[in-house]
Amino acid sequence: MGFLDIDNTTKSYGAVEVLHKVDISVEEGEFLVLVGPSGCGKSTLLNMIAGLEDITSGEIRIKDKVMNGVHPSRRNIAMVFQSYALYPNMTVGQNITFGLEMHGTPKPAREKAMKDVAELLQIEQLLDRKPGALSGGQRQRVAMGRALVRDPDVFLFDEPLSNLDAKLRVDMRTEIKKLHQKLGTTIVYVTHDQIEAMTLSTRIAVMYGGYVQQLGTPQEIYDSPANVFVATFMGSPAMNVVPAKVALKAGKPVANVALHDGSTVSLPFSQNNLAAWDGRDIMLGIRPETITDEDAADRKSTNIARMTNRIEVTEPAGSDTFVTMTLGGTDVIARMRSDADVRPGADFPFAVNMEKAVAFDPETEMRIAP
Amino acid sequence: MSVATQDTAIRTGRVARTLIYLVLLLFALFYLLPLYVMVVNSVKPLNEITGGGMMNLPQVFTLEPWAKAWSSAQIGVEPTGLQPYFWNSIKMVVPAVAISTVLGALNGYVLTKWRFRGDTILFGLMLFACFIPFQIVLIPMARMLGLMGMAGTTQGLVLVHVVYGIGFTTLYFRNYYAVFPTELIRAAQIDGAGFFQIFWRILLPSSGPIAVVSIIWQFTNIWNDFLFGASFAGANSQPMTVALNNLVQASHGVKEYNVHFAGAILAALPTLLVYIVAGRYFVRGLMAGSVKG
Repeated sequence: MGFLDIDNTTKSYGAVEVLHKVDISVEEGEFLVLVGPSGCGKSTLLNMIAGLEDITSGEIRIKDKVMNGVHPSRRNIAMVFQSYALYPNMTVGQNITFGLEMHGTPKPAREKAMKDVAELLQIEQLLDRKPGALSGGQRQRVAMGRALVRDPDVFLFDEPLSNLDAKLRVDMRTEIKKLHQKLGTTIVYVTHDQIEAMTLSTRIAVMYGGYVQQLGTPQEIYDSPANVFVATFMGSPAMNVVPAKVALKAGKPVANVALHDGSTVSLPFSQNNLAAWDGRDIMLGIRPETITDEDAADRKSTNIARMTNRIEVTEPAGSDTFVTMTLGGTDVIARMRSDADVRPGADFPFAVNMEKAVAFDPETEMRIAP
Repeated sequence: MSVATQDTAIRTGRVARTLIYLVLLLFALFYLLPLYVMVVNSVKPLNEITGGGMMNLPQVFTLEPWAKAWSSAQIGVEPTGLQPYFWNSIKMVVPAVAISTVLGALNGYVLTKWRFRGDTILFGLMLFACFIPFQIVLIPMARMLGLMGMAGTTQGLVLVHVVYGIGFTTLYFRNYYAVFPTELIRAAQIDGAGFFQIFWRILLPSSGPIAVVSIIWQFTNIWNDFLFGASFAGANSQPMTVALNNLVQASHGVKEYNVHFAGAILAALPTLLVYIVAGRYFVRGLMAGSVKG
């Protein structure tokens, strides 16, 4: 069994089930990110781990101890809230030690723990201030200090960066990652930001509609999404999902996709089992960065397909230029080098790395396993 | 052209403003008039009042009516002045205000942060208490106090005022705590704080403005209450308002208007004082719940 086990856990409000049989096992030192759009149940699951919400059925265990019905303060967890939830009437120092005080830690030990944490987070000079006098980033640090000082088994983060401005968010993200590498603590982290999920986690649980859609390492989630939802939710810009028809060319499966002018291009699959889908419709998933110009195509790839298509819109973003075209009747985005010679309205020879392409069953929206 | 228009605009502005201030000043004077009459007449000898000229400033300045009203005026049958009744009022008001405010805060805390099935209905019923006229409860309350052996005592009056005040104090605190972030309560729970620890350490220290509102409201209402005082108080627990009535309504001897005026001011002084000390927090507290969120 793992360090933190979420075992067949469900949550209902009255007759409405909002979480359906969640099954996740977290190892010690893991950084698990729960990611999904609002209302997917990720915060509810976190609150259930924290003990702030009841568990309707199933079990949550920390270090093999069943936590159902155990008071939040006795689970040896610490939580960082979206609003930081610093006690406004107490100084930073008192905020950090309040939990220890409530657990009956003697004062000298509290002071020492506070000093250590303040040093770790570089907030020593703030200890006598009130939260109202702190900036967003400083509050964030204090909130983490309050969690760290208790030396808990599991850290819970509830969208801790969403109240910060864009630049600070990136800085704090790195800081959280550093902290995790340094301390090796077990973390469960909730966010709706897929970039946070990718960058921070050792494993990701993508949630939607109260179901865990996929649980895996960031690489697995990105390269082998379990279904169309995961494919389009993770990654920015989202994965292009294009209607296509499977055909056989010299015994090998290809995807026939309509270009902007209605003519068809055949993109050969690397996945041979798709031959079984001959003549049937599928949804073809192509990441924007796998559609490039010839020169930028992945040299290690063994399956680069070519197609010439009309460029409709170009969006220079500094490091890259995003190119929009029509493929299979929908808008498809390609991520090009910023120096690629792309002009709206021009026909351009694209290189598609079909090794990275994935296929989905249009009826179930599940990925067709290789 | 445009300059001329602007010029006129400013001039009309000035005229309008002068008019507004003039009207405001008139109203202010009109409202201050009774206070003027009370103060002026309370420092005059009686013959200056009975000789007419209520509005005149005193020819002879004397504080004797004040001294008399405080310590030797005839109240009912005893020439005690208002002094003992003043202390009766204090003994009634202080615990009644304190208890009703603390209970209101606790109720507000439970109704917003420890919600339970039917809590909105319960709150609705408590709100209802704010609209029950005093007269309706007089007889049942008298019976209750009698059954509890508290008839005619200060404790009885405290109980009545606490019961009557809880509706208001609960309303204040509930609305104030409704916008108090629930994440703070959850953080405190994870930190290991219990029900009362959260209340005392987290919630109450942040409740200054609304506590002031509750205290001023309760103090003014309880101090100024006449009906409950007249109905439920015994000879030794009559509050200031009842004593003032007895002083002014005395049907024998000469009517000492100057003493009456002094007594009336004495009776009004504590509430005035509370307003002056905490008045600005009153408005701030009333606004706090409504603006935020």
